Amino acid sequence: MDALAPLLASAINAGTPLMLAALGLLINEKSGVINLGSEGMMLVAAVIGFAVTLHSGSVAVGFMAGAISGMVLAGFFAWLTVWLGANQVATGLALSLFGAGASAYIGIDYVGETLQGGRYGIPLLEDIPLLGTALFRQHPMVYFSLVLCAAIIWFLNRTRAGLILRAVGESPSSAHSLGYDVRRIRLAALLFGGACCGLAGAFMSLVYTPMWVEDMVAGRGWIALALTTFATWRPARVLAGAYLFGGITILTYHMQALGVPIASQLLSMLPYLATVLVLVLISRNASWIRLNMPASLGKNFNPNT
Amino acid sequence: MLKLEPRAHPSVWMSWLSPVLAVLLTMACGLLLFMAVGKDPLASLAVFFLEPIKDLRGWSEVGVKLAPLLLISVGLAMCFRANVFNIGAEGQLVLGAITAGAVVLYFDDETAQGGFWLISLALIAGAAGGMLWAGITAFLRDRYNANEILVSLMLVYVAELLLSYLVHGALMDPDGFGFPQSRLFSDGFLLPTVLPGTRLHLGIILALAASLIGWLYLSRSFSGFKLQVGGMAPLAARYAGFSARRSLWVTMLVSGGLAGLAGACEIMGPIGQLTPSVSPGYGFAAIIVAFVGRLHPVGVIFSSFIMALLYIGGELSQSRLGMPSAITGIFQGILLFSLLACDVLIHNRLRWRR
Repeated sequence: MDALAPLLASAINAGTPLMLAALGLLINEKSGVINLGSEGMMLVAAVIGFAVTLHSGSVAVGFMAGAISGMVLAGFFAWLTVWLGANQVATGLALSLFGAGASAYIGIDYVGETLQGGRYGIPLLEDIPLLGTALFRQHPMVYFSLVLCAAIIWFLNRTRAGLILRAVGESPSSAHSLGYDVRRIRLAALLFGGACCGLAGAFMSLVYTPMWVEDMVAGRGWIALALTTFATWRPARVLAGAYLFGGITILTYHMQALGVPIASQLLSMLPYLATVLVLVLISRNASWIRLNMPASLGKNFNPNT
Repeated sequence: MLKLEPRAHPSVWMSWLSPVLAVLLTMACGLLLFMAVGKDPLASLAVFFLEPIKDLRGWSEVGVKLAPLLLISVGLAMCFRANVFNIGAEGQLVLGAITAGAVVLYFDDETAQGGFWLISLALIAGAAGGMLWAGITAFLRDRYNANEILVSLMLVYVAELLLSYLVHGALMDPDGFGFPQSRLFSDGFLLPTVLPGTRLHLGIILALAASLIGWLYLSRSFSGFKLQVGGMAPLAARYAGFSARRSLWVTMLVSGGLAGLAGACEIMGPIGQLTPSVSPGYGFAAIIVAFVGRLHPVGVIFSSFIMALLYIGGELSQSRLGMPSAITGIFQGILLFSLLACDVLIHNRLRWRR
């Protein structure tokens, strides 16, 4: 039992960047836009968040910088897809490729630098045996991501703005004829998604690792994209899925540490194979996916035609 | 103010001019980038676009980079035309390198001299490896409706880890002092060079042949026509009875096979052994190449050439400009962004309106 608490704690820690990114992508997709640039945004945010924290000495400023860099890239993506009508899949790929190159370029000077790790905890609650170690000694961003998840559930289901967002994703032409500015709503959704991916990237380089290594996001941006499908576009299921994947990642590390006689490379395949498996299981029922997927996902909308 | 005005018909002119504009726009962004980091912009740009092709040796090196890019992008052009988004060509390349490498290492002992038949066998094994990897994606898409973008991409990571596992274990050089790489292949197992005295190998001939065959297939065969209809108008294709499943399998297997062949050519050509990293992202760069080449099997020859320049320019910029080779990745991204932005002019025209 004593070994289980730190295991749970690190699973939550590993799941948090996935959850942050997937929640942002979920909002994107609810508005009908799929942004395959999540991996690129996370990488750029990771290196910028790291650099800013190193120079400013403040993790909070680093997170801000990460979120802003994610928003800048997402804004550019929005300009290309929502205003100029470029293909969403191709533009997202371009963003991911650009992000990989740009982050490697920016990060050259920061390879090998390390950050001072902090110790966090919620007073009183952290002293509860087992539970304290497992749940209440996390970085504040972990709790923020949980609040964000709850806020998104409330926003999508209980607010007028959430209803409008979903309407834009289901039928942009209906929303347009009701007088809503589809493009601006999609821009807002994309900016929010960019900020979330930025926070997720910054979490990787500031809390999870914490250092900058080239290509350190290692496919988490893509796994986050898969998570939105896995969750059938429901925030609560994103939370469950993210922690499940966090758990798988941590399990592979611990199996290596425990000396399980399986090569480390084979164990490292697990999160990727699990993503494929999850996609297969969830997509098997095509009509169920179609029922839950925002109807205009991936389709551009031009209000002038 | 400049305004976009929809055209009545898409402009044919613009659809071919747009890639050229995109390259020019990328160069302009390059100038700004070099200025921003305090380098002489024109001299820096020359490192990317002039220096690689200033002599025959330079051209041959461009050819070495062009071969894998062209092989992969011909297959991807077919995929994207059929609306099959195979993003995992990098993984298919890696698997092709693994299977071809395994075949070479199996036959390459003191007695075997290599030669035409064994090289052919290794190349076929490479193509088969790529097809197998792409086939997994096709199967999961076909049978279980799993998104091919995400599945093929996840398999890239799996393939790279598999290669790392093998060169640390089963395929490692026993006399290699524990370095994670295979034995050097004997000369009889290396692809013959096309130009004596250079590294330009048979792969370039295979790539040009693939481009020609791909063009004939898409423009002259009924099967090629069917898969393009499936990409442009899925409902019309279904009404006409063209099988979407067949398009999926054909394009995935062809593109996977070509990517696997590219991987085989890389290890039996410029690399000459199996190493943990067999490709500087050719599989991803080929996605950009395919789009910039207008998804045309012959058009991609020109875009492969541009991309090869970017790769060599990136290598040179390290020694000539003191800039990291990661700059190639930035240019790759900017090139695709520029193309997507310029493509807007196919369906719209710019008008000055007050």
